[in-house]
Amino acid sequence: MKHISSWALNIATQRGASYADARIADDRSRALSTKNGKVGGASDSESFGIGVRVIADGAWGFAASDDLSRAAVEATAARAVDIAKASSRVKQHDIKLAPEKPVAAEWTTPFQIDPFTTLVEQNIDLLLQIDSELRSVAGVTLAETNMNFRREEQWFSSSEGANIHQTKYTTGVGYAAYAFAGSEIQKRSYPNSYGGQWQNKGYELIGELKLLENARRVGEEAVALLKAEQCPEGVFNVILDGSQLGLQIHESVGHPIELDRVLGMEANFAGTSFLTFDKLRTLRYGSELVNVVADARQEHGPGLGTFAFDEEGVPAQCTPIITKGLFTGYLTSRETAHTIGMNRSGGTLRAEGWNRLPLIRMTNISILPGDKALRREQLIADTDGIYMETNKSWSIDDKRYNFQFSCEMGWELKNGKRTRMLKNPSYSGITTEFWNAMDAICSRDEWVVWGTPHCGKGQPQQVMGTGHGAAPARFRNIKVGSAYKGTI
Amino acid sequence: MLSAEYLMLNPDQTADIFGRIKQHSTADEVEVLFSGGKSALTRFANNIIHQNVAEENYVISVRTAFGGRTARSTTNKLDHESLKRVVQSSERLAKVQHPDPDLLPIPDPSGAGIFAREGLPTRHFAETAAITPVQRAETVKKIVSIAEKHKLTTAGIVSTSETVEGVFNSRGLADWHTQTSSEISITMLAPDSSGWQKANSPNVANLNAAALAEIAARKAFESASPREIPAGKYTVILEPAAVLDIVGFMFFDFGGLSILDQRSFLNNRVGSKLFGENINIWDDVAHPLQSGPPFDAEGVRRQKVQLVENGVIKRLVYARATAEKMKRSEHRDQVGPIAPTGHGFPLPNEVGEAPMNIVFGTSPQPISIDQMIASTERGVLVTRLWYIREVDPYEKILTGMTRDGTFYVEDGKVRHGVRNFRFNQSLIQMLSNVEAMGTPVRASGEESFDMVVPAMKIRDFNFTEVTKF
Repeated sequence: MKHISSWALNIATQRGASYADARIADDRSRALSTKNGKVGGASDSESFGIGVRVIADGAWGFAASDDLSRAAVEATAARAVDIAKASSRVKQHDIKLAPEKPVAAEWTTPFQIDPFTTLVEQNIDLLLQIDSELRSVAGVTLAETNMNFRREEQWFSSSEGANIHQTKYTTGVGYAAYAFAGSEIQKRSYPNSYGGQWQNKGYELIGELKLLENARRVGEEAVALLKAEQCPEGVFNVILDGSQLGLQIHESVGHPIELDRVLGMEANFAGTSFLTFDKLRTLRYGSELVNVVADARQEHGPGLGTFAFDEEGVPAQCTPIITKGLFTGYLTSRETAHTIGMNRSGGTLRAEGWNRLPLIRMTNISILPGDKALRREQLIADTDGIYMETNKSWSIDDKRYNFQFSCEMGWELKNGKRTRMLKNPSYSGITTEFWNAMDAICSRDEWVVWGTPHCGKGQPQQVMGTGHGAAPARFRNIKVGSAYKGTI
Repeated sequence: MLSAEYLMLNPDQTADIFGRIKQHSTADEVEVLFSGGKSALTRFANNIIHQNVAEENYVISVRTAFGGRTARSTTNKLDHESLKRVVQSSERLAKVQHPDPDLLPIPDPSGAGIFAREGLPTRHFAETAAITPVQRAETVKKIVSIAEKHKLTTAGIVSTSETVEGVFNSRGLADWHTQTSSEISITMLAPDSSGWQKANSPNVANLNAAALAEIAARKAFESASPREIPAGKYTVILEPAAVLDIVGFMFFDFGGLSILDQRSFLNNRVGSKLFGENINIWDDVAHPLQSGPPFDAEGVRRQKVQLVENGVIKRLVYARATAEKMKRSEHRDQVGPIAPTGHGFPLPNEVGEAPMNIVFGTSPQPISIDQMIASTERGVLVTRLWYIREVDPYEKILTGMTRDGTFYVEDGKVRHGVRNFRFNQSLIQMLSNVEAMGTPVRASGEESFDMVVPAMKIRDFNFTEVTKF
């Protein structure tokens, strides 16, 4: 592919680009699903093309094409330059990139089993077995399962001399049982809601999750929720399971630390951020127990934000975001790093595909587990309050202060015991008040890197996978139940 | 193949590609969806253009079927080997499945013919297709100059596209739609407030960037120094974009399959009066303010369907297979007329169908937003809603935030900006509490698809919390 990229880079520089990069990507995916005992979907898709990003006359331009013939690639590069020159008609200063040593490198997601080599019929049979197990529970009115594989191969080259070839594998799997009766619909999902668990792994993920073993329990819980009591409204101590805490991190830490939001670059769509520059290294974001990192490195785990290099050739890094409760870092790019006094990008520029401009995106934004051994059941045994599990809905304002989350299932905790199941649990609050209320987090035995495969950002919108390492944690005196306040 | 030389795929070329796909296939039946074209988006923030992109891409999606088994494979490569591979991939996925007795044969041609439009307004405009990066930049410059005039900072987009959609099948069905699209979205930012406007149209001549910028700017400076007022139930005046974004969360429940799956808030409610007498809703692709192709993903012609009549849930929409299933189901006598309506999504899928060309009925006495304000003793004017999610699927309780221009109204006048609210609101209750409506307009938001909706004055809208700005 290097010769194709060189056509683009040569034309771009000949036409006046002071910087150019080209990404050729070959993206392949498979989606299998079942619903109520039948195949719901079976599809393969592939997408191949080139995206050329340039700086000309001090401004950005980007053009992408599905045609990789020499004529089309050169025309695409020329078009990117024309677009950059048009951008320069409305600029205030020239774009400057933080320096980055260009490298030549190859990297592939570590995996044991290439998911595309597995038999489709066996995968469908597994999903149908799960589906059957879910529907074996009286009262389950709808069962859905899904299994997804993705392989993204990308060749990145820049006018500075970088040549990076990366291949990422992603596997996702999950299922849900619904129960409808009277005037109520309840749902339980496994291992997580909205598509299950997703990681940068091969097919081995499917075997690790004990999918079939948990199906009957999930079906029974969906039905039991119909008869459970409504989660009370009030102020309670709350324990969140790891998957819900992962989404809490995503929304109330991951997004506000994106430096492009802070700089106003997303003000029209995704929003801005309460984390203005004056808060860096001064804001008490959370309690002393809150330690959050942005870590794209392989050693962090198989998160959807794991890679070797970002989409402008910057190596994967670990950036401390919250250190013993203190706000310590943003997600940055080569264009934005200087605004916080950094002379190098933190390596978080990512694109959905060849036809999208890379943006600052979350990598793996993870809360570190507690130092002291603490299992979930021990934490529950030590708590009077409410335990909430598996996300049901999520919403947060455009500066990322006020949030409200609902979970699929709750449990009242009294004297260290689960005393009754609660339906429709929800909690809400203000980001920093919430994180300052965290007084316990489980240890590494309970820590899992959860995948959020469908994070939207940018115009045109891009969907990105992000990773969030999390363990169950406890928060004191949290507002519970306002999702239903005044509604019924 | 780009810019001036870039040629849009036409029906003849597509028919040729379809012929080649058929030659590669051993399936009983083949259906191919074509989509793509060229698009460009100029994005601005901090009063400069900071991102500026263009894309050219076509996608070919092949569905094959063998006796009750079907699957889909999609590619954006049009060469001989890729077409052969995508057919083989689809066939491989189909063949390993168990036969589904509910899978219907692919549809016969409608008889309408490939260029028949049955009164559909033109949705392709040469001027829109020809917009250049320089023209988009000049539009941004105009918006920035208005921001600077008001000492504000602006962010937003100016975008245009030219796209095609086509469906061909081995029974001879062939249909084709070409359209252009243009969109402007503008946020104006003051130190502690903001304002927003957005519009889109197939015809760029219908967009007035300066007018949108002036309204967004006025909202920004008029909501400056927002005051906090307590959460609670208020009369609200929702501008059309706010109405669009919240009501959009109910329309997937109007698909027949969602009733069969028992996941719709309309389970056991079709035929009931669920909303106020003044609520009438159609799905109507041919409406002059609507957009999109007049056929669904199987090539079935979209019909005009009245979903809600005087508050009563009147009809559902159906893909072909859903209609057949519904006719045999226990619900068949409780869901109104059952027939394919041309609202199906690409097969195979789990969702079935949904109405995507929503048009709200006009009130007998539409009033303007100014008149709504003038008639309000105490209330809140909302420009835009944000991050809306479903809290309860059967009561249709939604949560979300106000954003970019929220005002306190008292004694018939807008008094001042207020800090943004979180709402938890049942859509059923909301559409039962509509006191007045404006004339429906084509509105565009961020949470739902574009619709033709009015502004609404609604009593007892449920704000549950206040944020910090």
